[in-house]
Amino acid sequence: MDKYLHVSFNALGDPTRFAVVERLLQGPASVSELAEPHNMALPAFTKHLGILERAGLIRTEKHGRVRTCFIYTPAIEAIDNWLSESRAIWCSRYDTLDSLISKLNGEKNDDEQAL
Amino acid sequence: MEKRMMTNRLFDIAFDSTQNTMTVRRTFDADRQLVWDCHTKSSLLDQWFSPKPLTTNTKYMDFRAGGHWHYAMIMPDGQRFWGRMDYQTISPIDGYTLLDGFCDDTGALNPELPQASWDVGFKDASGRTLVETVVACRSKQDLEKVIAMGMKEGMTSTLERLDELLLTLVT
Repeated sequence: MDKYLHVSFNALGDPTRFAVVERLLQGPASVSELAEPHNMALPAFTKHLGILERAGLIRTEKHGRVRTCFIYTPAIEAIDNWLSESRAIWCSRYDTLDSLISKLNGEKNDDEQAL
Repeated sequence: MEKRMMTNRLFDIAFDSTQNTMTVRRTFDADRQLVWDCHTKSSLLDQWFSPKPLTTNTKYMDFRAGGHWHYAMIMPDGQRFWGRMDYQTISPIDGYTLLDGFCDDTGALNPELPQASWDVGFKDASGRTLVETVVACRSKQDLEKVIAMGMKEGMTSTLERLDELLLTLVT
């Protein structure tokens, strides 16, 4: 597993590639769809995709003239999973802090909150 | 009423893979002094720091630069995860920095698990208080360890999900 993550992080240490992975986490997309938000010549963009593919982060398939990219590797799941877990942890702890704060603020805020 | 309050409240988490950082920003309906106290007094930290359904119990607290907080996150079944925050710099009530690490019940740091540095800032935000926490790993390798560990601990994920993932990793 550490090996997977190591490979993936080196490949992710670039804003364009990170954006591509973020986009693909929402679902598959064609190369031209992926390239659109990036102001970059297609060959340069394709190079980024190649690095991601060799790192085992994405997979591509060609159907006719359209090449479609997918998220592939367990390493991405690991990162995605870690981010959702982190989010859940901070969300839960801060919700509890909200309750503590309103308890400590006591009646002071009651009038505002009643609106 | 509750819903209106929630929608006005800022909460975002940004991950930066090039800097190995995660930034958490959140506003609270209280003045800065109160939010600061909640973050820096162990009697208050004990009431909110652990995510549900875990609870927090302080074993030792010395909130000073060079001091530390030694605490347990307790599972409903009684299992304890020990943590330790080593305070580096403190400027009341603007912010503090610390090293966040894992330890045992005596407070001895686990040398195999990386410490992350936290930079916590408090700002007034139109009647509310904005808390920004930047969690930074020292290296990509440290970040990988944290991610791999989070999966092993599976504190909030189900064991099933973990099993599935481990299966795919083995193949």
